[in-house]
Amino acid sequence: MQLSATDREIINGDHGRAAADALGLVLKFAEAVGAERLLPCASSHVDGCLYHGQASLDFVERFVALEGRVKVPTTLSVGSVDLIHPELFIGDAALGAAGKRLMEAHIELGCTPSFTCAPYQTLLRPRLGDQLAWAESNAIVFANSVIGARTNRYGDFIDLACALTGRVPDYGLHRSENRRARAVVEMSGLTGAGADEAGGIAVAAGLVVGRECGDTIAAITGLPDCTSEDDLKALGAAAASSGSVAMFHAVGLTPEAPDLETATGGEDAPVVIRLEQQDISGILASLSTVTDGTPLTAVALGTPHFSLTEFDRLMPMLDLAPFAVPIYVNTGRHEWERLNADGRAQRLEDAGVTVVVDTCTYVTSIIRDLSGAVMTNSGKWAYYAPGNLGIDVAFGTLADTVLSAKAGRVVRA
Amino acid sequence: MSARCLVQGTAQGDGLKLDDPLSFWGGFDSASGKVIDRFHPQHGACLSGTILFMERGRGSSSGASVLAEAIRLGTAPAALVLLDEDAIITTGALVAQMLYGIDCPVVAIRNKAEWQKLSALPRLLVKAGADKVVVTPQP
Repeated sequence: MQLSATDREIINGDHGRAAADALGLVLKFAEAVGAERLLPCASSHVDGCLYHGQASLDFVERFVALEGRVKVPTTLSVGSVDLIHPELFIGDAALGAAGKRLMEAHIELGCTPSFTCAPYQTLLRPRLGDQLAWAESNAIVFANSVIGARTNRYGDFIDLACALTGRVPDYGLHRSENRRARAVVEMSGLTGAGADEAGGIAVAAGLVVGRECGDTIAAITGLPDCTSEDDLKALGAAAASSGSVAMFHAVGLTPEAPDLETATGGEDAPVVIRLEQQDISGILASLSTVTDGTPLTAVALGTPHFSLTEFDRLMPMLDLAPFAVPIYVNTGRHEWERLNADGRAQRLEDAGVTVVVDTCTYVTSIIRDLSGAVMTNSGKWAYYAPGNLGIDVAFGTLADTVLSAKAGRVVRA
Repeated sequence: MSARCLVQGTAQGDGLKLDDPLSFWGGFDSASGKVIDRFHPQHGACLSGTILFMERGRGSSSGASVLAEAIRLGTAPAALVLLDEDAIITTGALVAQMLYGIDCPVVAIRNKAEWQKLSALPRLLVKAGADKVVVTPQP
């Protein structure tokens, strides 16, 4: 390991006891992953404020006791409770209190109280080529793929340790030679799809990339022309749920893939799977644990957190209100402030939509009636909620979910 | 052997090979030590105290916290024998070592045939040191 002058200062305690302690972990980690040096880190996104037990809290309190402060801009991913609407939490009170303390302890270390899994939407947009220490699987894949910033799949703890030191190990996706596509996912006959359909196609592509490519970077060709940034967000989130995906290239859409040749660096990459229209519906059907027509108890949107453009798409659909079942939408508090400022928050409330901030409905106790199936437009939510919440789930496009909320059962647009 | 030590320590136990990679977050319950991913072929299996063979990591980065918590609770595997290096699993085990002084060695074998051969053994000893990794059958 080549230590820089900065690294030596940190080890000597010149940057405080917490930084020295945290660098010990960063260096052990760097050694394990085969990095030969550390790089200056532009920003960190910390996923450690979701409470997974005493170990989560013990780690952060260790640095609070050492009077640690983060050395780079550091955003926080979702916590276990909605600090702005604490009344929404209906889980175990001791768990809620521990989760709240975990979120507060991170703020004491100087982290930005963003509590969103999508800091890249309004808050902290990295630049192309920035070296990051980001955690949270959707944020990682978005930063690498859609922005072209550079981070590995950092986990809880390392994200904060990098933030407390301002250093990140130089290996993997921090290096240009490791960012090229080594597999191709070829989609055909789908470029003309409409906006609503494109959402489902993105989720299906993501699930396949995760399943077929694992941690091999895939270049996806033939996505719909109208594929939006929100769709790429959904694609990445689905891919990171079904496989250990840290990065993908969407040819013609993402910054390091203006064409297939650039994405692969000119080397041969095998086509691992070809997808057509009829494959898409089969892949998406596998996400649902219930059949069409099944009664619903709720609709869950915003996993990853809903963007303002997704709210733009949802707003006209609210003309269908009143709905037979409640609609929950997760978003960031910065998006929530804008919705309040422009009057959309009131319209959402009037239509019976519950906006959840700081957390997410699939990781905590928010949805009040889980006695029946829940419908979602998120591949990630559909993938994890049955295990986390013990419920049945139906997957559909945004339009499907809103129509189903109206009908009180699973219907399709 | 091209094996690498990711987290140091010594452990022994019964070998258990996962047919698919598992995300500890969302796929594993730290309270019971069981696989809870409904899509996983070994849904319901208990991993506590095993020498766990897994090709690679998968899924959410919160897996590190779940593994650290399981190590604290004593419900985690005794050691993890991966085919390829995995940063999330490494982190969870390093932090449990840092906070609680409990070793859950993690190694990457980096050779498919060797990994497969080891994964078929009923009982194993894992010795992961900075310079040397030893994975041997136990009676």
